[in-house]
Amino acid sequence: MWEIGLAHYLTVAAILFTLGVFGIFANKKNIVVIMMCIELMLLSVSINLVAFSAYLQDMVGQVFTMFILTVAAAEAGIGLAIVVVFFRNRGTIEVEDINSLKG
Amino acid sequence: MIHALTFYLFALVGVLSAVKVVINRNPVHGVLWLILAFFNAAGLFVLMGAEFIAMLVVVVYVGAVAVLFLFVVMMLDINFLSLREGLLKYLPFGAALAAILAVQVIVLFLDWSLAGEAMTLRAAPAPDLAEVSNTEALGNLIYTQYVYLFQVAGLLLLVGMVGAIVLTHRPSPSVRRQKIGEQVHRPRDQVLDVKTVRSRGGI
Repeated sequence: MWEIGLAHYLTVAAILFTLGVFGIFANKKNIVVIMMCIELMLLSVSINLVAFSAYLQDMVGQVFTMFILTVAAAEAGIGLAIVVVFFRNRGTIEVEDINSLKG
Repeated sequence: MIHALTFYLFALVGVLSAVKVVINRNPVHGVLWLILAFFNAAGLFVLMGAEFIAMLVVVVYVGAVAVLFLFVVMMLDINFLSLREGLLKYLPFGAALAAILAVQVIVLFLDWSLAGEAMTLRAAPAPDLAEVSNTEALGNLIYTQYVYLFQVAGLLLLVGMVGAIVLTHRPSPSVRRQKIGEQVHRPRDQVLDVKTVRSRGGI
């Protein structure tokens, strides 16, 4: 209980990831909240990587956490840009309406 | 003891704010809870000894990503309540899926062990913290062994930036732009009019 090890951090990461998955299903209509849940899941994966990096004393886990951060930032930027463009054209962001992106 | 208490504080507040992100009515409040979750994750990173990643999370996630979310949520003029109508319909399925996932992962944690040769297979063993700080060790890695990946990460950000600008940019009709092609291709008689002026007369 008072000895914090790898398993504690992994449990927190697992709970966060599960919450992210649950949030995607619970807010199935709102694409912005879905993207927030995806950010939560990416964060939990980062916690996993850093926890193993600290446990094994291996720096590579932290290097790859930086790359996850990069990907998360790029994904949020592009995703929100698409949401803004879609809202401009259709006046809604309901996921069920987003079936006209086929081109 | 203090380490454990700090861990439980960060973990509990982080998980609770993640719950609030998921079940929130107002997405603006959701983004604010998301910021709190990011801060607590940064606290966990500090506890694990990854200070640079913790600061990076604060700068990138809180300073850029969450603010971007806040911006977009406030900019979109939508009745967010109507987007929550199907909540109860999908709740049981989502809860069942999440419960299955959680049980699977926790079972995995209960019966788990490190491979015998794992410690010898490390790609970059962390140096002694007394000699080299976390940030310095990370810099020594990303500018030598992982320099190509680092450059590709920068390229990815560039592509993301260009893509976001191209997607959202709207040329406004009130802005008059210089059209060099048209300027260069104007024929002479459109621009120049040669007149013979009589002396003491004028045109």
